[in-house]
Amino acid sequence: MTQPPAIMFDRVVYGIGDLRAEFSFQRHPGSVTAILGPSGAGKSTLLNLAAGFLVPDSGVICMDGRSINGLPPSGRGVSIVFQDNNLFAHLDIRTNIGLGLDPALRLDQPAWSTVDKALERVGLAGFGRRMPGTLSGGERQRVALARAFARRRPLLLLDEPFDGLGPGLAADMLGLMLEIRAEVGATVLMVTHDPDEARAAADQILFIAKGRIAADAPSDGFFERRDLPELDAYLGSTGET
Amino acid sequence: MLTRTEHRAARAAGLAALLCIGLALAVPVLVLVAQGAGTGLSASQGEYLLRITRFTLMQAGLSTILSLATAVPLARALARRPAFPGRRWLINLFAVPLGLPPLVAALGLIEVWGRNGIANKGLGLLGVETPFSIYGLSGILIAHVFFNLPLAVRFILPGLERLPPEYWKTAANLGMGGLSLFRLIEWPAMRQSAAGAAGLVFMLCATSFTLVLVLGGGPAATTLEVAIYQALRFDFDPGRALMLAAIQVGLTLAVMLGLKLISAPSKPGDTKGGSTSRPDAPHGLHALPDAVLIGVAGVFVGAPMVAVIISGLQADLSRLLADPQFWRAATTSLSIGVAAALLSVLLAGLLVRARYSAADRSASPALGLLSALSGAASSLTLLVPPVVLGAGWFLMLGGGVGQMLAPLAVIVTVNALMALPFVMRVIEPAHLSAMQRNGRLSLSLGITGFSRLWQIDIPALRLPLVTGFVFAVALSLGDLGAIALFGSDRIVTLPWLLYQKLGSYRTSDAAGLALLLGGLTMGLMLAADRLGNRNGTTGQ
Repeated sequence: MTQPPAIMFDRVVYGIGDLRAEFSFQRHPGSVTAILGPSGAGKSTLLNLAAGFLVPDSGVICMDGRSINGLPPSGRGVSIVFQDNNLFAHLDIRTNIGLGLDPALRLDQPAWSTVDKALERVGLAGFGRRMPGTLSGGERQRVALARAFARRRPLLLLDEPFDGLGPGLAADMLGLMLEIRAEVGATVLMVTHDPDEARAAADQILFIAKGRIAADAPSDGFFERRDLPELDAYLGSTGET
Repeated sequence: MLTRTEHRAARAAGLAALLCIGLALAVPVLVLVAQGAGTGLSASQGEYLLRITRFTLMQAGLSTILSLATAVPLARALARRPAFPGRRWLINLFAVPLGLPPLVAALGLIEVWGRNGIANKGLGLLGVETPFSIYGLSGILIAHVFFNLPLAVRFILPGLERLPPEYWKTAANLGMGGLSLFRLIEWPAMRQSAAGAAGLVFMLCATSFTLVLVLGGGPAATTLEVAIYQALRFDFDPGRALMLAAIQVGLTLAVMLGLKLISAPSKPGDTKGGSTSRPDAPHGLHALPDAVLIGVAGVFVGAPMVAVIISGLQADLSRLLADPQFWRAATTSLSIGVAAALLSVLLAGLLVRARYSAADRSASPALGLLSALSGAASSLTLLVPPVVLGAGWFLMLGGGVGQMLAPLAVIVTVNALMALPFVMRVIEPAHLSAMQRNGRLSLSLGITGFSRLWQIDIPALRLPLVTGFVFAVALSLGDLGAIALFGSDRIVTLPWLLYQKLGSYRTSDAAGLALLLGGLTMGLMLAADRLGNRNGTTGQ
């Protein structure tokens, strides 16, 4: 292998209540992985472990071949977008993005123009002085993407970011996310519960059930597979196919 | 949703309630004015008034600063550590001072901080020669912080805990730590509740009576309230009492207007605790400052309560319980408490109903006024503190000594008015949600008037009504302010008995009595809290 994997989980164990989650997988730089599975299976746990919000009981998480176990969330080269509350509601849009460049908000002129460019990039030029509450849900998620764009971190984690936006808007946002990913050159791990979203955006799938990776495969033809009982149950229960 | 007749009845009843409250407040004030009007003000008296006013403001200001300066970092530390063992217990402990009779707390504080208390022994071991004195300004400040630090924390903490968990994850992800997190996220979430808490604490400290009476009271450490009491009870100087009362009312009015300006939150919110993880909080050794702060605050608040329990258990409780004097005082206290609570719940119910009715069609200015007045009625009682109220009635009754029924009625009224804001706060939201749920249905079924009141509305409000009632009983049981002016050989309540035992250095009896009184009021408060919580889960 010429290049170390962008992100690697090596027997990463984390206990949540009765469930013992254990994950091992790796991803090439620039890949887009959809993380699917029934609720409570451990999808968000995986993301939280990668982000550093949770500390594994054992195992190693590596980025670019180096262990990031001991690094704080801010030292890992990670940007993250949640389903909701990505923006601090009492701070205006510029400040929310600016915090992504310097957490103490000591920004010089070039940094502020980076902020404005990021806003422009997601189609929200001139929104800088507005408060998050005056924006629609979709616009707020655009701002969150703009912050990830401005930060240019190598790993982008998405936790059902386009959920609740409606199918058309979600597809637009997915497109925007893919463009931004390409411009930044980031590796993406995206939790979703929408097989269509996974099909459209991801080249890889991680299917998680009961705290285990039940399937780790390319997305092409994945949803046509019939050899995974968990997948059958999942797709059947969501009624998506 | 009320019928036309019901609207009319609700407003009429509300107006009547307002009138009663107005009379109860206005009569004593008028009497004070009438009695004191003739007396002039000598230069030495002016100086005295100035000194008392200055001390009142100074101790209230210092108490507020000390309470808030501790409460803000403490709330921050508690929000940052959502899962340490005993956290729930500590938060519950912080609710106790809210319901603890000040006199009982004063006793516990004397046990801990007094000449022979643990605090001074500790200081002695550290080589500090002069013992710390619980009497005077330092004692008043400690007592006020004991009561108001937990109160302020309970105001401020929910604001932080209400922030969505994504905030803390984002903060951790972006690397916002320490100062920038405080400046940009935590302080904005605390600012409003902290300002509201500061106003409230200042108000409570400026009108604090019992604590200053017990711990201060000397010429150097007297507040307006205690000075009013002294003027009437010891010197029988209505002129001086009037001047003091006028200053007191002016002061509270100014503070209340200030509070309105910063729109104080109306009550300490609920803390959920334990659910939101804080990945932004540093762990290991970095958690030490938080741990120390939380530990010290826990000991500071908990120690006096533990002291009350320990010294109370050491007292001869069986002898105390066999003493007919105790049972007479307990009976008097409970009778006053029950009467005051009934009155308070009745007034609150009428006001809440009238407010609802007036808000329903708030187009007319008269109804707007009714709504505003009904809402303000509860705070009016804060404006005219119990001692001032009592002072007016005291003068009207000609000193009150030797009479029985009239002073009792005054004490009941004053206690009922004191509890009114709290009782209204319990009933109002429940009434609103009951109306939203049952209003249309009742109308469509044609259940109106009294039958609706008895069959629908009161049963739906049973739990909050009982909660308010129990709370009002507990508040009245612990009150010394109203009884202080009227207490005599014939009217003895539990706090009055305790105060007498303290005054005559019957320390062991006082300790036992404090435990009994504290246990009783805390039991009632706990019951009210339980009921209130049950109401919260089933009522929505």
